[in-house]
Amino acid sequence: MTARALVAILISALCTLSMRALPFLLLGRKRRLPAWLERLGRALPSAIMAVLVIYCLKDGVTNPLRTGLHEAAGVGVTAASYIWKHNTLLSILLGTVTYMLAIRFLPI
Amino acid sequence: MNKPAFRDALTRSLPVLCSYLFIGTAFGIMMNEAGYGWPLSALSSVVIYTGAFQFVLVALLAASSPLGTIALTALLMSSRQVFYSLTFIDEFRRMGRRMPYMIASMTDETYALNCSLPPDLENREDVMFYLAILCQIYWVAGTLLGAIAGNVIPWDMTGIDFSMTALFVILLINQWEGTRDHLPAVGGAAVAVVCLLIFGGSSFMLPALLITSAALLLRPAKADRREEHA
Repeated sequence: MTARALVAILISALCTLSMRALPFLLLGRKRRLPAWLERLGRALPSAIMAVLVIYCLKDGVTNPLRTGLHEAAGVGVTAASYIWKHNTLLSILLGTVTYMLAIRFLPI
Repeated sequence: MNKPAFRDALTRSLPVLCSYLFIGTAFGIMMNEAGYGWPLSALSSVVIYTGAFQFVLVALLAASSPLGTIALTALLMSSRQVFYSLTFIDEFRRMGRRMPYMIASMTDETYALNCSLPPDLENREDVMFYLAILCQIYWVAGTLLGAIAGNVIPWDMTGIDFSMTALFVILLINQWEGTRDHLPAVGGAAVAVVCLLIFGGSSFMLPALLITSAALLLRPAKADRREEHA
């Protein structure tokens, strides 16, 4: 298990580093990326983030009555507090505490 | 070392200190609960150093996802950082031997900090370099705290992994508020839900990521030109 995790961590590090360095590798002295890449890069992050939110909520999507309710409580508090205050730390804290309380005390 | 620049960087980094210690600790606890010791947690925070993906990696490892899925997820999730380095490309180039570290240490938070520096700041490049180092120290310190405290904390921490969900919800809201082009976010979510229902929880990520990026790549250029005027 540890060896597999080690390989996964090193591969992930390489992938992440290559994206961070991409503009420096692709561009010589130029300042602009190719148009298609620029367009993709503009649209991709929000699409990927949406996929990831679904990934986090996958148990709730397939089991809406039980897990879904707990997750909805956590997501609701996170989103509402963030839209209100725009404080990342505060919203993560509130959302996580809400979820931890929900899985312990919500009757379903 | 340039002491005034270091002191300046230290003050400016305090907001990141709070959030990195907290999120890093949550990551360390999550790794610990998944059965990985502190050396792997620390390694992850040193060499990957992107909070959002490190959380996903724990979940992917726990689900025994194939390495291909892990690599693709890492690539796609760090796609936003292409634009972070692009913003500072000229400045980083001037930083010589420090340039590789400046590129490798670019995160959502360090990018935001760098953007907040006044253009005429004294010792600007030194401040940027110290900021980068300080932020990663906070992140690794938080990780170690969580990885080690995870064994000691007497109460039940089940549910702490929701901090990853909360982080992604916040990043999604940020993306949403930053553009008028909401089709990628709505489309990505729709593709993910359909793939989840077809392939099931343990194997839907790869098809969902592939379909989403292919669709965006093939989308006619006109469709997102509106956004440039936004």
